[in-house]
Amino acid sequence: MTTLLEPIGKKTPPERSATSPARYAAGRTARYAMLLLVVIVVLIPVYVLFVTSFKGAGDASPARAWALPTTWTLENWQTAWTTLAPAIGRSLQMVIPSTIISAFLGSLNGFVLARWRFKGADIVFTLILFGMFIPYQAVMIPLNQLVLNLGIPNGIPSLILLHVVYGIPITTLIFRNYYMTVPHSLIEAARMDGAGMLRTYWNVLLPISIPSFVVVLIWQFTNAWNDFLFAVFFSSSSNGPVTVALNNLANGALLQNYGVSMAGALLASLPTLLVYIILGKYFVGGLMSGSVKG
Amino acid sequence: MSKTMRRVGPPLLLLAPSLLLLGVFVYGLIAANFQMSFTDNHTAAQATGQAPAAAVWFDNYTALLATDAFQHSLLNLLLFTAVFLAGTMAMGFGWAWLLEKPVKGEGYFRSIYLFPMAVSFVASGVVWRWLLNSNQDEQASGLNRLFQIIGLDFLQNNWWNNVTFGIIAIAIPAIWQLSGYVMALFLAGFRGIPDELREAARMDGATELQLYRHVLFPQLSPVALSALIIIGHMSLKSFDLIMSISKPANYQTKVPAVDMYVFKSSFDYANAAAVGAILLIIVAAVIIPYLIHTHREEKR
Repeated sequence: MTTLLEPIGKKTPPERSATSPARYAAGRTARYAMLLLVVIVVLIPVYVLFVTSFKGAGDASPARAWALPTTWTLENWQTAWTTLAPAIGRSLQMVIPSTIISAFLGSLNGFVLARWRFKGADIVFTLILFGMFIPYQAVMIPLNQLVLNLGIPNGIPSLILLHVVYGIPITTLIFRNYYMTVPHSLIEAARMDGAGMLRTYWNVLLPISIPSFVVVLIWQFTNAWNDFLFAVFFSSSSNGPVTVALNNLANGALLQNYGVSMAGALLASLPTLLVYIILGKYFVGGLMSGSVKG
Repeated sequence: MSKTMRRVGPPLLLLAPSLLLLGVFVYGLIAANFQMSFTDNHTAAQATGQAPAAAVWFDNYTALLATDAFQHSLLNLLLFTAVFLAGTMAMGFGWAWLLEKPVKGEGYFRSIYLFPMAVSFVASGVVWRWLLNSNQDEQASGLNRLFQIIGLDFLQNNWWNNVTFGIIAIAIPAIWQLSGYVMALFLAGFRGIPDELREAARMDGATELQLYRHVLFPQLSPVALSALIIIGHMSLKSFDLIMSISKPANYQTKVPAVDMYVFKSSFDYANAAAVGAILLIIVAAVIIPYLIHTHREEKR
């Protein structure tokens, strides 16, 4: 898995092509055409979401499915906002603490497993990593019972716990791989100065961990925000996060109202899209650091 | 305190909270789930503990595997995984290959290709449900209407409503969403190959094809393996997308992960647990050899 954390490197310098300049130029044009074609294909669903979310009821005919709205209206957005706003608030309450806690635990684990090693550290690491790949369906029934027995209220509180617990493997992986790149001499120097394990972590590793924290925060934020599996098992439409609310909106009474559903889908995606746009550069690193829950 | 305790003790203490949590929530619950799957706990009264449940060992498994419905789920899972894997690997590799050589605006292309990853399956399910609308001709909307507009009428079909191959329609949005991820992996792979290697191969007179076959592909194989494992295990667990595009109880698009939810919703805990256990066994059969393999590689 270490291969996954290597950054996307610099562009290779232009090749000295053996082919003639004319053929080289033709090849380049073809390549740009293909790149643009991919852009169009990727963005088609976005066009549909955007355009439909501004269409009034009059635009609903199938014949006009791909056309721009005859009149642009904000009605769908208003309906979607009134329906989803409370759930968006709950999602934030869920995502922020669970992201911070699981990031911190992952960083401690990563430090120990990479730089304060003991015999059997790799086996412990592999055992932790396995938690990332299990299908959560295989623990869901007893998990339900356990959360009930622990007395944790259904809805956001239990979802915070679950995102912390099942986030540990991936955050540990990301931090461990990052700390592996820290030169061992740095740790040795701290040890020579008499620093213990905690002091070494706090004074030496934590200050240089910011890039990893950014990656982990993006990753966990996106995962917890987008999660539907735990959400649908551990909350109801009245106390659930935004994915549950959106699913109810899209499958509920307003079934045929694609305009509202699509405005809702865009609304529910805004926080992760903002994270993606603002921290885009690190997002790539985050994507490459491992797997996805789901 | 013995010498080993002093060496192993403090780091283990630091790991303790995580190990305890994962010990209970992963390994403990897997055991509990197997235990549940070996009982005849099929009713609401049993689920809430008001009626007794007895051990029936493998009866649930044999019964499940014998039903047409569950066999259909497994077949769907196989079809979905095959198409999803083939699609993301082909797209991901192709896009990375396009971007691998110096291109103006590489960052923009990369960002756009990756952006579907940021969107939840539930949100993308909303639009894909519309795009994969099964209505045709006069009533067509979505992709069927688009095919009409661009004169490719023959491509119109009923998408996920097809009983045999409907699940493949669900793989299309899945491919849309994750090809960018595979692209990022392959792009990192391409960039990790030292230029000297290519130069050396060219000096030796290798053609482009030979260069790929003998130099680049072998270098990219660890990345390809990682991508296969990640997409593969995601595919086996697929749930959100199917739930938001199709309906949970829809025969055409059912897979084990959805069956598990349906059993749970009807308080048939034993069968829900058995389906979960079957999924776990399938995933473990792929993941455990992979984890052992990576563990060995790192040792070297």
